[in-house]
Amino acid sequence: MTTSTDHDSATLWRDGRPVYDRGETVCVVGAGPSGLAAVKNLREHGFGVDCYERETGVGGGWNWRHDRSPVYASAHPVSSKPLTQYPDFPMPDDWPDYPHHSQVLAYLERYADHFDLRPHIWFGTEVVKVEPADGMRWDVTTRSTGGYGAERTHRYAAVVVANGHNWSPNLPAYDGLDDFKGRVIHASAYKDPAELRGKRVLVIGGGNTGCDIAVEAAQQASRCWHSTRRGYWYAPKYLLGRPADQFHDAILRLRLPLRLRQWLLQRILRLAVGDLRRFGMRRPDHKVFETHPIVNSQLIYHVGHGGIAPVPDVARFRQYSVELADGTEVEPDVVVAATGYQPRFEFLAPEALAATAEGRPRLHLHAFSRRHPTLAVAGLIESDSGILPLVHWQTVAIARWLRLREAAPQRAGEFWAGTVAKEPDRRWTGAKVKDTPRHWFEVSHVDYLRALQKMIDGLAGARA
Amino acid sequence: MRLIRFDDWAKPVPPVRREVLSATPELDEGKPPVLFVPGFGHGAWVFAEFWLEHAAGRGFAAHAVSPRGHGGSAGSPKATLRAYAHDVVQAAASLPRQAVLVGHGAGALVVERALARYPARAAVLAAPVLGGWATFGAAVRRNPGGTLPAIFGGRLRLRRRQLFSREVPDAVAKAYAGRLGRASARAQWQLLLHRAPEPAVGDPPVLVVGSPDDRVVPASALTRAARRYGGAPLLFPGMGHDLMLDARWREPIDAILDWLEKGGS
Ligand SMILES: Cc1cc2nc3c(=O)[nH]c(=O)nc-3n(C[C@H](O)[C@H](O)[C@H](O)COP(=O)(O)OP(=O)(O)OC[C@H]3O[C@@H](n4cnc5c(N)ncnc54)[C@H](O)[C@@H]3O)c2cc1C
Ligand SMILES: NC(=O)c1ccc[n+]([C@@H]2O[C@H](COP(=O)([O-])OP(=O)(O)OC[C@H]3O[C@@H](n4cnc5c(N)ncnc54)[C@H](OP(=O)(O)O)[C@@H]3O)[C@@H](O)[C@H]2O)c1
Repeated sequence: MTTSTDHDSATLWRDGRPVYDRGETVCVVGAGPSGLAAVKNLREHGFGVDCYERETGVGGGWNWRHDRSPVYASAHPVSSKPLTQYPDFPMPDDWPDYPHHSQVLAYLERYADHFDLRPHIWFGTEVVKVEPADGMRWDVTTRSTGGYGAERTHRYAAVVVANGHNWSPNLPAYDGLDDFKGRVIHASAYKDPAELRGKRVLVIGGGNTGCDIAVEAAQQASRCWHSTRRGYWYAPKYLLGRPADQFHDAILRLRLPLRLRQWLLQRILRLAVGDLRRFGMRRPDHKVFETHPIVNSQLIYHVGHGGIAPVPDVARFRQYSVELADGTEVEPDVVVAATGYQPRFEFLAPEALAATAEGRPRLHLHAFSRRHPTLAVAGLIESDSGILPLVHWQTVAIARWLRLREAAPQRAGEFWAGTVAKEPDRRWTGAKVKDTPRHWFEVSHVDYLRALQKMIDGLAGARA
Repeated sequence: MRLIRFDDWAKPVPPVRREVLSATPELDEGKPPVLFVPGFGHGAWVFAEFWLEHAAGRGFAAHAVSPRGHGGSAGSPKATLRAYAHDVVQAAASLPRQAVLVGHGAGALVVERALARYPARAAVLAAPVLGGWATFGAAVRRNPGGTLPAIFGGRLRLRRRQLFSREVPDAVAKAYAGRLGRASARAQWQLLLHRAPEPAVGDPPVLVVGSPDDRVVPASALTRAARRYGGAPLLFPGMGHDLMLDARWREPIDAILDWLEKGGS
């Protein structure tokens, strides 16, 4: 593996340090699913690309060998193959509807090899700074992962950030947490159900991670409490004999008004899954799609078998127990906080992404910086489909935008002023999603792709 | 470019067992793999006769896929063009590197559809049967007995002398013709009535090859097909429709491989 990135000799300087000019080359940060799609689609549109990846392999979060991988032994996608794969590189027909996470990794590795992307990726290289330079270009400073070796700076025509947002743990600051004598881990550190064997386990969080881990605890632990701060809609993996997302898309194509669709799906879930209040679970405090969808066929099954005890939100920790919002106490040996992840962009000034004080980037289509036409983010979305089908088109739009800028700067400028710069922030889903940080990037795949379609068509129009 | 794809998402093509025949070079010289797609009634075997080995001999990993219901692939009486294109894309994506797609006859129509779902490195349409009323008219005039039954779901039949030149001995031509099968009735109808393919993804270079003496595809159709991709057809006079089985099979495949070696443009 190569870690030196002296492609050219230094001709430029920044703060007394040499800057290597990479000309029209585009820099991609990260070689997870989003970064790989960016490299492929930029190359397909004729760009030179340098991609930096701090790990030693591709696949991002799906590569369980990576320290920061959020996957655990039993993880399978919640989206079925057609809604999980890149739209121009299908998963094999003989794979199951919901492949194992190791198959998803194998798929991403095959994508990288099939399209010969690895020669453009500098592994073991971390991006530490991305700063604007003259003429809308960018200075990207890298160093070897682990911090040894000197820092190097290269100048690029554009930067596509694809660093993922599911790796930096969000651990709530509970009262009394420091005094608690049991073991507390965030779900990101949880890998194997053997860790739970014979223990009394409290799982916090009703996202897909929390539900998956509660199911594992039900089978391994001596007790399992599952704490959520609200009631949710639990969709099974199969509905009426088809993968639930495929069933949902069959309804989506009817173009029913959102409310009618929500009513219909809630009816179907009530019929298929039942009223969960009889298990002591709360009624959802929202309509379906107003929180990120949970897809899990086994959670309710284990609740019905008594293996999972649903409990309310955590109020505080005590030395040997955890107090819940209803005043009851449970005494777990292990607490797994599946309370999600936080987006992090340490290498960029917050202004570059127009981030709010809480750190919420505000980008056109969750992808384009309104201030810097040569800065884009890929994969910063949560969807009712898989991420890959969306990130493919995001990166196609990014590549076409950069192409237009190069080929026809004047028309590109008009396009930018007319569409990107003045478009207000909006949600790419009709549902009134809950105002919690994990829903910052929530989109409906159909609404979102329609908007991307409009942009891609607009770019083609501006080109002509 | 259409981003909303409810058919793909809500109604994925059901998988079937697929036949892929291959010939690979002894030494990997880094040339792109080539995937051949046979026309209606034909199977992967038509390429296994000569073209696969020949391409491998010139350093190209060569593969041929039988779309469902053809050759050694599992039967599928209700298959559509979309299902055939799915089979091609699956076969292409299973190759280690980005592939070149070569479609012959109605296989070219299938390849055009596959190109909308897979960014091929390049594509070749050989004696392409791209359907439509004009093709139908020509087919009825030349071979009413073989064409008209297809309207009622019967098998589309091509005569031996449409497929092969006189240089192919009668016995051989007869043996080949005896191995031909049929496409599904739906796919045959789609030959006549189908939506234009979605645009190719990844902007691959496309080459059209054929014979002015092809008695299935008129020379004007070759010119029209090539013009759509901004070029002119490469012509091989004296050959029948089945370029890969005709006596002078070597010429078109050499021309195709030369074109690929020059970077496909
Ligand atoms: C348990 C779990 C299950 C999931 N299941 C699904 C699912 O079913 N379907 C689905 O579509 N999505 C699912 N996801 C979401 C998942 O995050 C995405 O599928 C996908 O991994 C996102 O890809 P990405 O490339 O944007 O980010 P990541 O996969 O996180 O990749 C980012 C890459 O960037 C690198 N990187 C980051 N910062 C730097 C830096 N400064 N310098 C250099 N390199 C850097 C990282 O090392 C990493 O390789 C799941 C997530 C989790 C946690
Ligand atoms: N099998 C799979 O494919 C799979 C598995 C796991 C994850 N994923 C995907 O990975 C992404 C991350 O999922 P995730 O489950 O790890 O995280 P997540 O979706 O962010 O869920 C976090 C959960 O923790 C709760 N929570 C957050 N902060 C809290 C606090 N301070 N106190 C109490 N509860 C709090 C949230 O409640 P609110 O509802 O109130 O916000 C939510 O229930 C999602 O896109 C998910 O679909 C997929």
